[in-house]
Amino acid sequence: MTEDEIRAAFLDEINRVAPDIEPDSVSDEEHLQDDLELDSMDILNLVAALHDRLEVSIPETDYSCISTPGKAVSYLIGKMRTT
Amino acid sequence: MPSLGSDMEAGTLVEWLVQPGDTVARGDVVAVVETQKGAIEIECFEAGEVLELIAGIGQTLPVGEPLAHIGVPGVGPGAGTEVPAETRPAKATPATVKHETPPQFHASSQGGRASPAARLAAQEAGIDIASVAGTGPGEAVVLADVEGVGQSQARRPPAADGISEMRKAIAAAMTRSKREIPHFYVSHNIETQRISDWLAARNADKPPTKRVLSGAVFVKAAALAARTVPAMNGSYHEDGFHASKQVNVGIAISLRGGGLVAPALSDVDRLSLDEVMAGMRDLVTRARAGRLLASEFTRGTFTVSSLGAGGAEEMTGVIFPPQVALLGIGSPNIRPWVADDRVEPREVTKFVLSADHRACDGRQASKFMLELESRLSKSELL
Repeated sequence: MTEDEIRAAFLDEINRVAPDIEPDSVSDEEHLQDDLELDSMDILNLVAALHDRLEVSIPETDYSCISTPGKAVSYLIGKMRTT
Repeated sequence: MPSLGSDMEAGTLVEWLVQPGDTVARGDVVAVVETQKGAIEIECFEAGEVLELIAGIGQTLPVGEPLAHIGVPGVGPGAGTEVPAETRPAKATPATVKHETPPQFHASSQGGRASPAARLAAQEAGIDIASVAGTGPGEAVVLADVEGVGQSQARRPPAADGISEMRKAIAAAMTRSKREIPHFYVSHNIETQRISDWLAARNADKPPTKRVLSGAVFVKAAALAARTVPAMNGSYHEDGFHASKQVNVGIAISLRGGGLVAPALSDVDRLSLDEVMAGMRDLVTRARAGRLLASEFTRGTFTVSSLGAGGAEEMTGVIFPPQVALLGIGSPNIRPWVADDRVEPREVTKFVLSADHRACDGRQASKFMLELESRLSKSELL
């Protein structure tokens, strides 16, 4: 997958968890919890969806690595290379 | 039209999920109703055969008006039971229904019309059907209209009207609570480091869907404490306090874009931690999708409201009538904690219990908090 495809997949899954968040309106620097107001249950659902879609396992200790779309894309690229 | 709270006066029928001739069991979801709290699935209080649908799609009915007749086949509708029966006024006259709406087009939640196929397609695509311009009969939204909407412009925040209706419902319930309930408050700081460490270790090797959040731990512990102190668990009516044998915990869920709902999970004290977590996940998911059940709004006997990790430290909440207690949970923080004559950095969470002085006193509230602390001190006690 390319970086753009990973970003699109990440934003798409955010939209599934929170249907009122438009993928196009989210910038790379926006914080999932502080800016987009996802709660811990939403984050868990997002992580579960990414697990199924990208076959990437994100442990709880790595949640800070996906706190913004920008960080998440870098993290997911690294994860997908190693798995 | 069932009441989903003392503040509810009417609801609008959005969809029938049964037809005359269908056999229904108690608890079956039979209709979807739009209320101030969003779209709610209405369950049936009786078993039998649907003899007649009284209410029409798009019709707004006051609480207590019959929606349909259920009874024994072959016996006239007059002998059947009106659903829901619980809240109907003494003189319930069946509402006159004029079938002006073509049956193949259902009114959307915003009042417009849409075909079932369009509604389904819109739902699957995450499109707010009210935002789609209809080209069908009577400007109804048809499938082609939904398919014509580009993905990029499809997702929109809920309509401003919906938010203000939700705010009105919250304002009514909370104003009544503060007017009628003599609140008192008891707070307790609880060291949650050990339970958090235990949870982190438990979650470490599990896939995301098997992980348990601290919110579920707190809800389970609160349910066990409520069972131990029955004066906190139940409802208060004109004739006084009624303790509940069941512990049904209302979970306050904040909706993005504004508003709050508190659907209840049943018998939390008897569920395993995994079951509590699964139940909460299901409630949150359905709250976001606007698919909560009517009974989930009325069966609560106690409420938990949590600010979540990263939030403010402490919250003193307002009781959700007719319940008599609400537990406000602050964000866990690392704070100095004295243990074995040493000061150590530990995770500490502030709990504030709001209680109804008509139903209980400080001693019982204090007992609740100590029981809560005890349950949170050892994972085996959850």
